[in-house]
Amino acid sequence: MTTIDQENKKPPRSELAVAASLDSEIMATKEDVQDPRIPKIASSIRVIPDFPKPGIMFQDITTLLLDTEAFKDTIDIFVERYKGKGISVVAGVEARGFIFGPPIALAIGAKFVPMRKPKKLPGKVISEEYSLEYGTDKIEMHVGAVEPGERAIIIDDLIATGGTLAAAIRLLERVGVTIAECACVIELPVLKGREKLGETPLFILVTSDAA
Amino acid sequence: MSGNKEEEDPRINGIKTRIRVVPDFPKKGIMFQDITTVLLDPKAFKDTIDLFVERYRNKNISVVAGIEARGFLFGPPIALAIGAKFVPLRKPKKLPGETIFEEYELEYGNDRLEMHVGAVEAGDRALVVDDLIATGGTLCAAIKLLERVGAEVVECACVIELPELQGRQRLKGKPLCMLVEYR
Repeated sequence: MTTIDQENKKPPRSELAVAASLDSEIMATKEDVQDPRIPKIASSIRVIPDFPKPGIMFQDITTLLLDTEAFKDTIDIFVERYKGKGISVVAGVEARGFIFGPPIALAIGAKFVPMRKPKKLPGKVISEEYSLEYGTDKIEMHVGAVEPGERAIIIDDLIATGGTLAAAIRLLERVGVTIAECACVIELPVLKGREKLGETPLFILVTSDAA
Repeated sequence: MSGNKEEEDPRINGIKTRIRVVPDFPKKGIMFQDITTVLLDPKAFKDTIDLFVERYRNKNISVVAGIEARGFLFGPPIALAIGAKFVPLRKPKKLPGETIFEEYELEYGNDRLEMHVGAVEAGDRALVVDDLIATGGTLCAAIKLLERVGAEVVECACVIELPELQGRQRLKGKPLCMLVEYR
């Protein structure tokens, strides 16, 4: 599937943004070095206007999943960054975080911990509330899935306002886990999600101005 | 791998012991098969994926379709390892853009499964992946969706089967591969 580019509008994607992490244990990259795999990953993402409501340019990663090379490269870039860095937990936010998180977890030998909407996880859970445009929502994690002292990364397909990721960070920190980094395929920097993550660094592959 | 005890791969017992059964979830009387505990054991999770990958890697599978949301945990690693596209099959209104849907029955009422138009092409050879097969309703809807666009469904793959619910009979004649039975 090819990307839909709107006529007379800015291209919906820009190029690589690499976060130079302050954590010295995680490989730092120079900001002007672009991984040659990134342009293909960026161009495999489809932008759908006015979804889920008018004015929103939705970043659709399902087309990335249809491109076997782009999907493999996406996972490889994350795996290369996190392998051998003492990460024992990959936490993925439902549902698109479930697509990217497990392959990374498997490749680096970490547990995968799903973070879910309310009432989906059976048994004992802890939950964290976060704000939406109107109202609030919650994410939940299983009690006992993680242990104090573990090092985690949190994965989602995209960071927009950062509300969900910030809630995920709080949940894990409440049980004594250190979050080494949040990792997303796409960032919408206009929405300033990075600011909600506090001290936790953010690593992304593609930025989009289409917010 | 489909339940014949004499052929049982030694990795299967390790996977089975990692599945957690939660009584009375989501409602009384249901013994919920929780696979999240398999995901917490890197070896058990890897073995689960490896068993499916070994089975499918030389079968020219071009599509792995995973059913939201727990099919998303197992489908993509399989797809990546065998070089197939991953296609998410989702509840209504989650997929942006043009979709097709198939309805299926619940205990009370109906639900729908959606797939993107254009994700799967005529002639694609597909697997359908989910964590568990119960009545087979969702898997049957998935098979119908894929067949409507001209794909050939080669097999359904689930970690767990609840054989008493006879889901296997509802797969339009398609074979089922599962790792663990729960009676």
